[in-house]
Amino acid sequence: MSQSLTEVRGLQRINDFVVKFANVNGSGSASANTMFGKSILRMGVPVAPRNIFPSNIQGLPTWYEVRVSEAGHLGARGGVDLMVAMNPQTWDQDIRSIEPGGYLFYDSTKPMPASKFRDDIVVLGMPLTELCNAAYSDPRQRQLFKNIIYIGALSALLEIEPAVIETLLGEQYRGKDKLIAPNLEAFHMGRDYALKHLDCPIGLKVRRADQVGDRISIDGNAAAALGAVYGGASVAAWYPITPSSSLAEAFARYCQRYRVDKATGRNKFAIVQAEDELASIGMVIGAGWNGARAFTATSGPGISLMQEFFGLAYFAEIPAVIFDVQRAGPSTGMPTRTQQCDVLACAYASHGDTKHVLLFPEDPHECFTMGAQAFDLADRLQTPVFVLLDLDIGMNERLCAPFTWDDSKRMDRGKVMTAAELEAGKDFGRYLDVDGDGIPYRTYPGTHPTRGAFFTRGTSKDRYARYTEEGPAYQDNMERLLRKHDTAKSLLPRPLAHPASAPTRLGAIYYGSTSPAMDEAAGLLAEEGLPIDCLRVRGFPFHHDVAEFIAAHDQVFVVEQNRDGQLRSLLINELEVAPSRLARIVHYDGSPITARFIAGAIAKAHTQSRKVAP
Amino acid sequence: MTFLPKPKLHHPALGHNALGYTRRDYEGAISTLCAGCGHDSISAAIVRACFELDLPPHRIAKLSGIGCSSKTPTYFLGASHGFNSVHGRMPSVLTGANLANRELIYLGVSGDGDSASIGIGQFAHAMRRSVNMVYIVENNGVYGLTKGQFSATSDKGAKSKRGVVNSDEPIDMVGMALQLGATFVARSFSGDKAQLVPLIEAAIRHQGAAFIDCISPCVAFNNHEGSTKSYDFVRDHNQAVNALDVIEGREEITVDYAPGTVEMVQQHDGSWLRLRKLADEYDVHDRVAAMDYMHRRHAAGEIVTGLLYVDPAPHDLHGMLHTVDAPFNALDDAALVPGAAALEKINAGLR
Repeated sequence: MSQSLTEVRGLQRINDFVVKFANVNGSGSASANTMFGKSILRMGVPVAPRNIFPSNIQGLPTWYEVRVSEAGHLGARGGVDLMVAMNPQTWDQDIRSIEPGGYLFYDSTKPMPASKFRDDIVVLGMPLTELCNAAYSDPRQRQLFKNIIYIGALSALLEIEPAVIETLLGEQYRGKDKLIAPNLEAFHMGRDYALKHLDCPIGLKVRRADQVGDRISIDGNAAAALGAVYGGASVAAWYPITPSSSLAEAFARYCQRYRVDKATGRNKFAIVQAEDELASIGMVIGAGWNGARAFTATSGPGISLMQEFFGLAYFAEIPAVIFDVQRAGPSTGMPTRTQQCDVLACAYASHGDTKHVLLFPEDPHECFTMGAQAFDLADRLQTPVFVLLDLDIGMNERLCAPFTWDDSKRMDRGKVMTAAELEAGKDFGRYLDVDGDGIPYRTYPGTHPTRGAFFTRGTSKDRYARYTEEGPAYQDNMERLLRKHDTAKSLLPRPLAHPASAPTRLGAIYYGSTSPAMDEAAGLLAEEGLPIDCLRVRGFPFHHDVAEFIAAHDQVFVVEQNRDGQLRSLLINELEVAPSRLARIVHYDGSPITARFIAGAIAKAHTQSRKVAP
Repeated sequence: MTFLPKPKLHHPALGHNALGYTRRDYEGAISTLCAGCGHDSISAAIVRACFELDLPPHRIAKLSGIGCSSKTPTYFLGASHGFNSVHGRMPSVLTGANLANRELIYLGVSGDGDSASIGIGQFAHAMRRSVNMVYIVENNGVYGLTKGQFSATSDKGAKSKRGVVNSDEPIDMVGMALQLGATFVARSFSGDKAQLVPLIEAAIRHQGAAFIDCISPCVAFNNHEGSTKSYDFVRDHNQAVNALDVIEGREEITVDYAPGTVEMVQQHDGSWLRLRKLADEYDVHDRVAAMDYMHRRHAAGEIVTGLLYVDPAPHDLHGMLHTVDAPFNALDDAALVPGAAALEKINAGLR
């Protein structure tokens, strides 16, 4: 049954639209929805899928959004062109979110009053429950196959090649072969019904293209975990917390595959699910002190709990890697919504004067490369290194460049004095700045019978690690820590500039998961006659390029996903930039930032500034 | 105060152990604790135990938290790496260190504030996890560095130096260690070196989580009339269940004892524990009976000391995690990094 309350001409778009699925959490929709996105990818059209889910196991609303973009825009766009409304709880808000001329696909088993629809959208009803009840007797099957049935219908409506989905079903149930046939059957049941009863295809269409190339699709948490494997991490200690848990779990999976000694069947890794975040970071620091590469994965509340230990690792100079998959704060905040809100909490973590090294990956590819690099940096700099992911890149599959590795590369274990060097009489002062870069030498415990032992402590000490409360010795050490922090600038990934195609005095600074939305926004702004130079910051302390970029532009927008403009504050504080030089563009409602928002906010801010200062 | 170097001169006739070290080679810096502090006796017992066991000093890692007890690792084993971490968190730091290199001997030193108050969670979980270590709590029932507040092990009814009576129930760390699965549990008294030294030796030889609750009077704040952790009180109420000797596996066992009075227990590393029973009914291998016995004697006002429980074939964290023999900190790129070819396969699976 196809019903259209009034004759509406639907949106006409090929390979450029947004489909959103509204489901009930725990209804088994995730795997069907994932397959939908993947089928379009397999047709060579880039997609950006996003899970929008509650802090709940079963019953609350959940959404899955797929942005289809042949042009390759992977940021959230905002708005919905086709709503697959499977959750009566959220019906009203789902209907409201559809763009004018958009499409609504819904379960028409139970008739809905006309007042529940809109007259500027195309309505496509299909009696999904009725079909399932007729075909299946088991309630769980009715639920699960309903998801596959609507995927079948969507394949007809959007002209997705059925063979692609058939292949994906085969891959998904490989090893559980008896599940393949019933899934194929359900898929075709939905597809056949739509072809027979609905106006197929609709104005939104998927056309085979060649825009995916050799890119891969993976979530940032798994990519970061793989980075940790390649970075040589052997100890992981963690405490479950959304949205970071899947990072530790992915590390366990990869280790089972790549870190079991073939000869003995024993593990070249240790993963401890600790009793809390304090114990997690304590274990990481203990392992780092003793020369193993170690990390923890956590989110904002964990960062708060770990503060005292961060100060110890900073002051005692112990390598540690912390993957912080940020979520909306403060406090418990919105545990399943995204933000970039731990920038300052990490940059200046712990009491006293501290400054920490931060990395900002933009996508899973960088989660991998920075995930591996973080361990070299931590060893080289003998300090905690924070890799700041967020829920948007951590928990969503994102299309990105394939991972690469140079087999000639070796771990940089930093300045570690060996037994032979100690035996030869080399002077060892644990906190002695031998090379002028602020980085001292360390020894692993147990290295030499009589030389190189020292006492590690969070209290102040002199260059030879002897306890002291003498002011000059304390200051000498604190100044060296600053020199070391300065050395980090040359070791971190450099900022990447994306210059506008035309000369401009406008600049934008952004980082992390804002990347795809910013790229797209720059294009939208250029179309509106506002070309803008963009600079993506990839690490803290800031590279000299950042200050130069700010100096080279009349107006600089700092685009980020938190209320207070935390990176902007950090830029002002560290680069001593006049606050008026940096305009705050912030998006912090918990949803991923969009190009529409950025372009709109920058255009508005630019116009206003012109009015104020003609 | 600043670091106090200790003169390295020693008596020419000072004895050497099998490695050629003298007892002085196991000492550390001069203690800055109060004269007469029980903790210094424990440091001395650690020095003697390590000397007698012929341990290479640099193969021991000593870790602690914060407090008077946690300062002591500076005062013994000067050739060992030490780590004075943060308050109550020694167990996690030690666990991580142990994972990084299973070949060292790990000595965790803590106090009753550090382990029974702020750090009780980490203490409990380290016991549960069976980390191979010696965990000594230097238990004085008081916060010394902050001038005499009650700690969580202070007995109910105990009187502080200022005359305040403690109204809270004490935490019994031995009872907790037993319940949580520690495979070596002992209690001793800093003033009883004859008992303490062999207990430390046996704990070091034990290849699992070994816990020693060592009552250690605070001469400054908890050694007065009305204290239940003073030298006099502990001496009057101390009931040892056994007396222990540790015999290295390589030594010939020749001494004969009357049957039934001595029990020989072989530990996993080959060392022998020779236990002379002082309490007839006490069975050192029965965890449940040990807990029952502790509670009954405590109710009768006694402080039970000695080796309270031992599992001669313990498991440890590395065993449960099924880790390789090689220390993690010695694994190189070839052992840890899967390489470009494996990554290409991973890429192929993500398209």
